[in-house]
Amino acid sequence: MTVEFGTLEVGQEIGSATIEITRQDLVKYAGASGDFNPIHWNESFAVGVGLPGVIAHGMFTMGAAVQLVSDWVGDPGAVVDFQTRFTKPVVVEDTTAEPGAAGAVVEVRGVIGALDDAEKTARVDLTVMYGGQKVLVKAQAVVKL
Amino acid sequence: MTIDPDLQGRSYPAGDSFTVGREAIRDFARAVKAANRAHYDVDAAQALGHRDLVAPPTFAIIVAQRADAQLIADPSAGIDFTRVVHADQRFVHHRPIVAGDELVAELHVDQVRAMGGGAMITTRAEISTVDGERTATTMSSLLVRGEEQ
Repeated sequence: MTVEFGTLEVGQEIGSATIEITRQDLVKYAGASGDFNPIHWNESFAVGVGLPGVIAHGMFTMGAAVQLVSDWVGDPGAVVDFQTRFTKPVVVEDTTAEPGAAGAVVEVRGVIGALDDAEKTARVDLTVMYGGQKVLVKAQAVVKL
Repeated sequence: MTIDPDLQGRSYPAGDSFTVGREAIRDFARAVKAANRAHYDVDAAQALGHRDLVAPPTFAIIVAQRADAQLIADPSAGIDFTRVVHADQRFVHHRPIVAGDELVAELHVDQVRAMGGGAMITTRAEISTVDGERTATTMSSLLVRGEEQ
């Protein structure tokens, strides 16, 4: 384990990450997760149900955001609790005409929110932003150290 | 469609088991842009003390959403799946899910609250191995939008 519980302090930053998302990423996530809702890959369907465009799976954003925590702690199996509310959709633009260009960019930051001395757990509070707005609220991952 | 008010408290027994394969872990890890070697390399996973490749923290959603699908597909529940929005999600891991696990999920409808013309439904999936070892508890709130929303 690369993180020592005794060295942690509430308010300490664990780092930040930038997640670039393309529509191909959403198709890959659909395949890997089994969630084939067309709002995540079909523009006309998404617009037809009142969305601004194709949106990322909330679970994609949640799953990608926690990588900051997995990388920081060194063992993905150390994440014993992870929760969030989904508040705003992440709209992913069609960038097929510009290979390599991101259709959406999500910024993730993590701060130690709480420490439990008895359980030797640390709660990491994640701030997950897209287009200047929080897309995940109360995104909290508890790691066992 | 109208949400059945007696839905709260209903349970759905574990259905078919889900065998966690190494390639499923690798594919899911790539899909969420997870770089940790313990998702891809058995030696790296074992060096961290895991029996086999370790699943990313949100991998259990595959099993949980299969369990939720039972509820959504149940005509007596009265849920129009085209109006379902995922409102929140929580994973509590009793131990990490690793390749080779054969998992089943028992689904519980913990709460149903009327929201405007729709409803907020909170489900809980108790995920365990077929041998009865608890691996994860997942909780999902699904907002079923009313007709005018």
